[in-house]
Amino acid sequence: MHRLILILILALAIPAVAARAETRLHATYLRTEQPRPPVLSNLDPVPEDDGPAGARLGQTDNATTGRFLGHSYTLDIVSVPPGDDPLQAARTALAASPYLVLDANAADVTAIADLPEAAGALLFSVAAPDESLRDTGCRANLLHTGLSRSMRSDALMQTLLSKRWTRVALIVGPRPDDGDWAEAMRRSAQKFGLKIVAVKEWSESADLRRSAAAEVALFTQDLPDHDALLIADEADDFARYIAFNTWLPRPVAGSDGLVPTGWSTVVEQWGAAQLQSRFEDLAGRPMRPRDYAAWAALRTLGEAVTRTGSNNPAMLRAYILSDEFELAGFKGRPLSFRRWNGQMRQPVPVVQPRALVAEAPLDGFLHRENELDTLGLDRPESGCTAFGESP
Amino acid sequence: MKRLFPVTALIALIAAQLATAGEIWVTNEKDDTISVIDVATLEVVRTIATGERPRGITFSRDYARAYVCASDSDAVQVIDTETGEILHDLPSGEDPEQFVLHPDDRHLWIANEDDAITTVVDTETRRVVAQIDVGIEPEGMAVSPDGKIVITTSETTNMAHWIDTATHGIIANTLVDARPRDAQFSPDGAELWVSSEIGGTVTVFDTATQAETAKIRFAITGVHDDRIQPVGIKFTPDGKTVFVALGPSNHVAVIDAESREVTDYILVGRRVWHMAFSPDKSSLFTTNGVSGDVTVIDVAARKAVRTIKVGRFPWGAATRP
Repeated sequence: MHRLILILILALAIPAVAARAETRLHATYLRTEQPRPPVLSNLDPVPEDDGPAGARLGQTDNATTGRFLGHSYTLDIVSVPPGDDPLQAARTALAASPYLVLDANAADVTAIADLPEAAGALLFSVAAPDESLRDTGCRANLLHTGLSRSMRSDALMQTLLSKRWTRVALIVGPRPDDGDWAEAMRRSAQKFGLKIVAVKEWSESADLRRSAAAEVALFTQDLPDHDALLIADEADDFARYIAFNTWLPRPVAGSDGLVPTGWSTVVEQWGAAQLQSRFEDLAGRPMRPRDYAAWAALRTLGEAVTRTGSNNPAMLRAYILSDEFELAGFKGRPLSFRRWNGQMRQPVPVVQPRALVAEAPLDGFLHRENELDTLGLDRPESGCTAFGESP
Repeated sequence: MKRLFPVTALIALIAAQLATAGEIWVTNEKDDTISVIDVATLEVVRTIATGERPRGITFSRDYARAYVCASDSDAVQVIDTETGEILHDLPSGEDPEQFVLHPDDRHLWIANEDDAITTVVDTETRRVVAQIDVGIEPEGMAVSPDGKIVITTSETTNMAHWIDTATHGIIANTLVDARPRDAQFSPDGAELWVSSEIGGTVTVFDTATQAETAKIRFAITGVHDDRIQPVGIKFTPDGKTVFVALGPSNHVAVIDAESREVTDYILVGRRVWHMAFSPDKSSLFTTNGVSGDVTVIDVAARKAVRTIKVGRFPWGAATRP
């Protein structure tokens, strides 16, 4: 039945392309500003426009393409300061357009998706890696272009396994995010048959800029032997002080060293160099993972408008979730969306600061339908039912 | 007399070989060089230094000059093919990736990948004649045999832009599948073929109406569809057969141009980009970016017969008889 509806929708869409009628699409990038926890080092400040700059590039890319087809695109960027009501901002945005790109935590994303005004809207989450949003907490009007934690941890474990670094130790930071990231790595280790030989909670309160050499050596001295040392430190607080200071000479991975990520400056293959330089020209800085997710959300909308000639959210959603949809995302494979939970399938670069080490899925990790589905929650694992039409 | 005959025959044979052997010029994207392969010996006989990140390459009609897109030097370089010397740079616009020489042997049409522009340069006056706004990341370039239409494909906009060479105006924009990389007219000019790298297809258009007439798909046993990424397209001179390089699937497809059927897949090196025929059309040379070599295909046998090591990340290829 749903298939039939989809076919009808697509059939209706085709004359719109042929007619080249003026089609307008307005979207809002809505950010709820999150206070950042204090971190030990000031070396890498997070840019103010992390995320919005990617959305602006996606908007520009869409507009250039639209010019040739009579399609026009506009984008508002709204940033809600801490303490202000994100729901009110979302209502205002939804009154102007059904297309929202959400740069917000899981609680805000869920609350916005559940607004009565958001029924029938199409929302993209770019900054909430939480597994729950792809699982039982999913929403039918919510797609994800940002990576889930398990997509990152699966990519990392595939890489470690391919190197036969199968015995790993894990250091977990004190914040809730760190626990979630550690949990994702633990599950992925189990999924791919790696052994976690020890887990230690990071509790040192010393200023590691001065004493990392002494503190970290001591802290890691009692770990059983391992091939690699995993660190869960989502806020980028202490992780940078671990490498080269450990008791045993071992590579670090997870939140520092070998890192799985949605995007990185070291990604240059598959035409990525062009995207990198377009972004640099626009933002005056390198592209970051959140920028990439925002760019991908805008480009997903643009690609759907280009192919259907429509700006109707139900029609675009149906097209985006169909087999027809594919986005060229500079990662070497077409990007598409999982019909069971709205997550964008994508290769995951696994990088060190100066070069790409691997791009997951790695060779040999097979899947009966799409190798990209070896990363993150696959259909049988996801408890999401909101996308009822999954065959 | 009897003894003389074989000797003259031999001399004639050698002379014929010398006359027809020729060279294949290959640009090495990450070595900033061109490897010149001798078709008779299948060896690299010269290595020519270029500007940064050389990609597109073509020759003037008399083959006295080579034009090379030095992408990261933002220039098209003109090289004396006898001496290997760089004669001068042409203004090319930013980041030239591919180009096509108009049948007038004078105007180069250049895709400026970073600027969403197609630039037309007069190779005699060394001036920019026109710049045309196209889609994002223009790459593939083709000119119709009658010289009336130039095609630019844009990788992120996913279109072939049809440009009237007389007015420099765009007369049509046709959508293709994701990330179009190469465009080629059939030798008679009746059809345009466009490869889509991420879409995994080749779209065929009727030149007269710009209407899509066919879409060609590929399937290789043991290779996931996502890895089948069509890039370079090459017609045989009779227009009956088309070779399509399939990128990281490491195969070249052979297509019957009339029936649109894929008749063969030939295993070559890793991430195959572009191709050039030997002057006698009996062999086809493929650039294999990741393995850093060139595969020689026996065209009649549809088989890879030789691998030649060149520089790092070979990309473009062109034939010099």
